Amino acid sequence: MITGKQKPLEEIQRLIEPYRKVLILGCGTCVTIRYCGGEKEVATLASALRLSEGMRNNPRTFIEYTIKRQCEQEFLDEITDKVKKVDAVLSLACGVGVQALAEQFPLAIALPGINTTFIGRPEELGVLSERCLACGDCVIGLTGGICPITRCAKSLFNGPCGGSVNGKCEISPDIPCAWQLIYDRMAKLNLLDKLVEIQPLRNWSSSHSGGPRRIAREDLKLPGTG
Amino acid sequence: MKAGTNLEKVLESGAFAVTAEIGPPKGTAARVVQRKGETLKPYVDAVNVTNNQTAIVRMCSLASCVILKQLGLDPVMQIVCRDRNRIAIQSDILGAVALGIGNILCLSGDHQKLGNQPDAKGVFDLDSIQLIQVVKKLRDEKKLICGEEISGEAPLFIGAAENPYADPFEYRVVRLLKKVKAGADFIQTQAIYDVSKFAQWMELVRDKGLDQQVHILAGVIPTRSAGMARYMRDYVAGVYVPDELVTRMEVARDAKEEGVKICLEIIEQIKEIPGVHGVHIMAVGWEDIVPAIAERAGLLPRPIG
Ligand code: SF4
Ligand code: SF4
Repeated sequence: MITGKQKPLEEIQRLIEPYRKVLILGCGTCVTIRYCGGEKEVATLASALRLSEGMRNNPRTFIEYTIKRQCEQEFLDEITDKVKKVDAVLSLACGVGVQALAEQFPLAIALPGINTTFIGRPEELGVLSERCLACGDCVIGLTGGICPITRCAKSLFNGPCGGSVNGKCEISPDIPCAWQLIYDRMAKLNLLDKLVEIQPLRNWSSSHSGGPRRIAREDLKLPGTG
Repeated sequence: MKAGTNLEKVLESGAFAVTAEIGPPKGTAARVVQRKGETLKPYVDAVNVTNNQTAIVRMCSLASCVILKQLGLDPVMQIVCRDRNRIAIQSDILGAVALGIGNILCLSGDHQKLGNQPDAKGVFDLDSIQLIQVVKKLRDEKKLICGEEISGEAPLFIGAAENPYADPFEYRVVRLLKKVKAGADFIQTQAIYDVSKFAQWMELVRDKGLDQQVHILAGVIPTRSAGMARYMRDYVAGVYVPDELVTRMEVARDAKEEGVKICLEIIEQIKEIPGVHGVHIMAVGWEDIVPAIAERAGLLPRPIG
């Protein structure tokens, strides 16, 4: 699931500086589950912003609202009137949600309130960690279900670098070495012989290196369109 | 002969090879590289030139290699996968060959977070094993990795590194096997301080017959002070310095001399390990000590071949 982190309050204040009336828009899907951009976070951010406005005369107005999914048109339709009545929308959705907002409302100022960070999962309570870089050509069938592209700091395909010590990555004692994880799991699965094969150079064109990606599914298109 | 470099000749002759390492300056002065090269020349068969080691920006490896080549040394150009993609790497190799460089050492590279440009975007288009494949294809098939032919020859002697102290221990030998299969002609190891663990690793290497297929040069780093020994023990990724050794350095009255002595003892022991074809002295920043080490370890006269 997509995970993000709220931007520092000072940065948000700088972003909204030119605007008087701001809609703080939450998203009810990924970022709600990840506790960074749902109804609760909208309320918390709104009170923090109101508090900082409190001292001034003519304080800004903040409107709170959360829709089910900011990345889809049908849910955005719901807020058309609300968007018209404000100077800017501060979105707590991921980067996709903020962009969907900008696409749907060509005249609205769409501002990001969170930094979209990664696609990951909760490792333990309060700790989320990255799992997938959406490379477009999944290889984890070869690596015991552990992603070397995402979880190895150097995206190595042929085993651990010389910095792997005691299960940790050379960049930080808090980060497990992906290749130690892969090795241990392949050992348990009795599949270590698979790690002897050389993985040749990778075709990165399926990833973002090939340019912005698009998937066109004929089976899902409406008859008479496209 | 694949490349006909001095290093290849020495190793193919079956002699015990001696290589050293030069870290280029964080600056533009060719004379810094020249001075280091002149110091080392009579004592080594070839000299590695690091490529922004520990992710710190320095004069490029290729330029430094050319400066050394002009002095008559046999340079080993190190290439890391961290900073360049396959387009840049292949083009650099073509240029290196054009300038007379014959040895290339293929490395993944220390992560950019560890150096002085932690904000940089890491490349890692290839890993070190894939890089070996690239170099081999250029040399053996005269082709770029995309299959297109190049004009001219690319006679290169291909090196790689391995670290017997990194984890998982057993997989280290498998990785070495992969490097050999990919086309490595010689291997330089990470610094050896714990000889028994290295000997154990070499046993696994011999069990797989790898010592017959690739030249293994054991890496050593002379320690200059107790502080350096502690720093390497505690902070340098993948280097294992036993506590006893740190203590020896701490109690020594002449730390530099003690560091040299330790280094000589290690060289003495690794010379006896079957399958070890040479020693790689990594005295980066203390290149001046290499002549004394080579002499006292009985490794002279050099260069041979
Ligand atoms: S291999 Fe690619 S698609 Fe599969 S988990 Fe890794 S980044 Fe995601
Ligand atoms: S230590 Fe492990 S995870 Fe970190 S860069 Fe090296 S191989 Fe990748």
